[in-house]
Amino acid sequence: MPDLLIELFSEEIPARMQVRAADDLKARVTDGLVEAGLTYAGAAAFCTPRRLTLAIGGLTASSPTVQEERKGPRTDAPDKAIEGFLRGAGVTRDDLEIRDEKKGQVYYARITKAGRGADAIVAEVLDSVIRNFPWPKSMRWGDGSLRWVRPLHSILCILTDDAGEAQVVDLDVDGITAGNTTEGHRFMAPGRFAVTGFDDYCAKLKKRFVVLDAAERADAIWQDATNQAFAAGLEVAEDRGLLAEVAGLVEWPVVLMGTIDQTFLGLPPEVLQTSMKEHQKFFSVRNPKTGRIERFITVANRETADNGATILAGNQKVLFARLSDAKFFWENDLRIAEAGGQAWQDALANVTFHNKLGSQADRVNRIAALAREIAPVVGADPDLAEQAARWAKSDLPSEMVYEFPELQGLMGRYYADAAGLPAEVAAAAQEHYAPLGPSDDVPTAPVSVAVALADKLDILTGFWAIDEKPTGSKDPFALRRAALGVIRLVLENELGLRVSDRIEEGFEFHRQPSLETTREQIYQEILNDFDRGQEVAEEIAQALGNQAFEEIEKINSAVPLQPSIKARHISDAAQSIADMYVNQRSGIEWRSIFVPARDDLLSFFHDRLKVYLKDQGVRHDVIDACIAMEGNDDLALLVKRATALSDFLKTEDGENLLQGFKRANNILTQAEENDGVEYSFGADAKFAETGEERALFAALTKAEPQVAAALKSEDFAAVMSALAGLRAPIDAFFEAVQVNSDNQIVRRNRLNMLGQIRKIGLAAADLTRIEG
Amino acid sequence: MTATTAKPRSFQDIILRLQSYWAAQGCAIMQPYDMEVGAGTFHPATTLRSLGPRPWSAAYVQPSRRPTDGRYGENPNRLQHYYQYQVLIKPSPPELQALYLGSLEAIGIDMALHDIRFVEDDWESPTLGAWGLGWEVWCDGMEVSQFTYFQQVGGHDCTPVSGELTYGLERLAMYVLGAGHVMDMPYNDPAAPIPLTYGDVFRQTEEEFSRWNFDIANTEVLLRHFEEAEAECRAILDAPEADPKTGKRIVMAHPAYDQCIKASHIFNLLDARGVISVTERQAYIGRVRALAKQCADAFVQTTAGGRAA
Repeated sequence: MPDLLIELFSEEIPARMQVRAADDLKARVTDGLVEAGLTYAGAAAFCTPRRLTLAIGGLTASSPTVQEERKGPRTDAPDKAIEGFLRGAGVTRDDLEIRDEKKGQVYYARITKAGRGADAIVAEVLDSVIRNFPWPKSMRWGDGSLRWVRPLHSILCILTDDAGEAQVVDLDVDGITAGNTTEGHRFMAPGRFAVTGFDDYCAKLKKRFVVLDAAERADAIWQDATNQAFAAGLEVAEDRGLLAEVAGLVEWPVVLMGTIDQTFLGLPPEVLQTSMKEHQKFFSVRNPKTGRIERFITVANRETADNGATILAGNQKVLFARLSDAKFFWENDLRIAEAGGQAWQDALANVTFHNKLGSQADRVNRIAALAREIAPVVGADPDLAEQAARWAKSDLPSEMVYEFPELQGLMGRYYADAAGLPAEVAAAAQEHYAPLGPSDDVPTAPVSVAVALADKLDILTGFWAIDEKPTGSKDPFALRRAALGVIRLVLENELGLRVSDRIEEGFEFHRQPSLETTREQIYQEILNDFDRGQEVAEEIAQALGNQAFEEIEKINSAVPLQPSIKARHISDAAQSIADMYVNQRSGIEWRSIFVPARDDLLSFFHDRLKVYLKDQGVRHDVIDACIAMEGNDDLALLVKRATALSDFLKTEDGENLLQGFKRANNILTQAEENDGVEYSFGADAKFAETGEERALFAALTKAEPQVAAALKSEDFAAVMSALAGLRAPIDAFFEAVQVNSDNQIVRRNRLNMLGQIRKIGLAAADLTRIEG
Repeated sequence: MTATTAKPRSFQDIILRLQSYWAAQGCAIMQPYDMEVGAGTFHPATTLRSLGPRPWSAAYVQPSRRPTDGRYGENPNRLQHYYQYQVLIKPSPPELQALYLGSLEAIGIDMALHDIRFVEDDWESPTLGAWGLGWEVWCDGMEVSQFTYFQQVGGHDCTPVSGELTYGLERLAMYVLGAGHVMDMPYNDPAAPIPLTYGDVFRQTEEEFSRWNFDIANTEVLLRHFEEAEAECRAILDAPEADPKTGKRIVMAHPAYDQCIKASHIFNLLDARGVISVTERQAYIGRVRALAKQCADAFVQTTAGGRAA
């Protein structure tokens, strides 16, 4: 059972791609080997900046010989057919066997597929894996056509037998011939060396200053970093992403701790940390007592005779320059902030947010107005909410945010403090972007909540007004995230907020862009299709007189003109018609434009809510049953109802009650269809024949006001428990009673009783939408 | 290499060493392009010569301008005018990394004491319609070069692939010379009869241009110049290939490309003046890219671009 060792040695592989690449190498090679008939005992993949390595233990030495039988033509088939079969099967006529079958005598070929040696299979599989490797981004180099993440320099591919003898697999990929050699550390141990197997490979690499395993490198870095920090009475700010990245940048990690010049210790810690991480890939080392970042950890890729002194000095110098920049930005920004930030407000007017939705300043005005409206609902002071909204985007033109976009919001908070604004305003500057992801914290401070909602509702209504909604995977303005943000803000703060009202307010601010979009659409439509132009003109003509038809006439009379003049005439006319259309709409029926958009946006919210609740274990049909109810734009109410229903349906009572409801509803629907009447009159106890009927009647009479009262107080748990009380009487009723009695009075009474079940059930939720 | 093993003593010494190192590797040592550009890549010896099948090997210093980086000469290492050293070899040789490291040794970086790293940095020039994969090269955490394998330029696939090296000369020199502030760095030999620092040569110009770039440059004039350069570029490329005067086929890829360079630089100036909004920005970049693509299309129709003479 030989062991296989593969190493693909290249120029530096991007850190972020290494782990995935090692996994892909392992999966693809082992899949290929198994598919070709080999088996193996174990496989492990490794990566360093310069190599992808795969070690496979206990590989079978060859694939098994396989016998295959192939049915051929009948013996009396034409020679041509028989010869064709022989060629295809790779046998001679003497090898054929004749068998009697129903339709006559038929030739059979027995084909023996000899097993192949592991070396041949490995060569074939590896060649294909290299050529089809799923790098996120790959490249060509020199004058070759092979693609790899960076130039591939050598392939090590050996099979080591039980005696420890290594055999190089015969393989050549675009001029790179596989061998048994590799290189150690680029600087500390240059030159190639041969290996005989995986253990030998690991040992020799380590001697040549390469730690093969990325996890081992990461552990060593973290261990050493925390030890050095601890020795200085400090702690390393944990950052797993950075640790993994740094481990992918070195083959021989050497941890060095350096100091940050006093001049920079006054910068906000987030600025220090971001600058050091983004630019230098340094870890931040902070003083646990003060929370201030005082030192940094850098990880070098080599040992030096001066124990890293030159390297550390160099890194410190680079950091000095970087932080000088940051300090320059910070101080310039503070000057503007202390002067009230007017320069930034002015700058926002010059920054286009979207060509149809105006500048950032326009956006700020809308958010401010919306935040004001929302404030009372969330318990915020309207003046503060407006002030916070007006400040919220101030940091966007600041130099710090230009340099580090990820600090937006946070800088707004610092600058608000510097400007002497109220604490609520400062907090909202930072928090109004939240929640950014499904696990991000949701703001709870009322002013922050008001601005956060206004921010998101403005974006959503804006893009809906200009008809640029997310499609498929395309969502460049992160509108899905914004909608989910609104949902979480509402739910987690338990806000009784009618989303439709807020959407309508939002739309009001986008009236103009929306009309412009409609105008553009109509214009294009008419340009593309004159018939449609006629239709629109007729519509308008009914409201405005014949002016629109005159424009159509212009189009028709332009047809014989020269192409360029004709195009201009038609374009002018189309423009006039579009103008008339929009003017008419805006005057008379603005609602006809925005109502469909509002409803569409509301259902977008519902879709997002479904995804959100699904993650929390609420089935989509349960949500549908609740969305179908009145007041579905009160998201908190909707979720309360859905959660209560979902919980209820998970109980035995709930499940059985649902079956009872469905049975009642089915019988009722059929009867109503047949009889052409609706059984919605109250049943009368005096027509009851059995004890079960009377019991059900009593239960329904009791449950109906209970459900109604619970609904009124929005206590859905009580609604469900009232329904639960119906389960036993309904079950007993169906067990004992035949609804379709010959006595019409009895039958009608029973159907009316079913009608009552339906009524009570549907008051809770549209149970007909529940599956199963 | 024995003559250069002593540490360099000045900015110009580093430039001279790079020149002789790459000359020794067989590169044609070219001179700076005589136009305002944002980076050495804009030199036609890189942009255009990376196109087509013909082998190429060149190295040169290119003065580069980035108006938004102006700091009035105060920042220790940000300048609105600086120098890049550029090497372009087509096809990229297999030992390009080793050649590059050799150049660092040539300018006095001792590989035994420093930490050299190749950190992923995919290069993309939206204005040139170009991209490539490679790294920024770090020396002790300092980015000293950009190392790129060109994959596409002006919308054309690069076959063969060129290897491009770009050194930020000031930063590199500051590092090697141990200067803390760019303006304090010796420009010529500190022992020369008249020793000059970088500041002696450039402090005043940095200040003057920072002011002009940020606050004075006439944006209306610039906007007009942009339009004119764009129109001229198109007009040049629209001219018929056959030259009636000489009777020869003359495709004017280079004159057109000059106008593209001009448009690109004017865009940078407008950007520094802060008169271009985020959305407009994309549109301007798209316009320059369209020009670059047409110039590339034209270049591959020329002899240097690979068309049979």
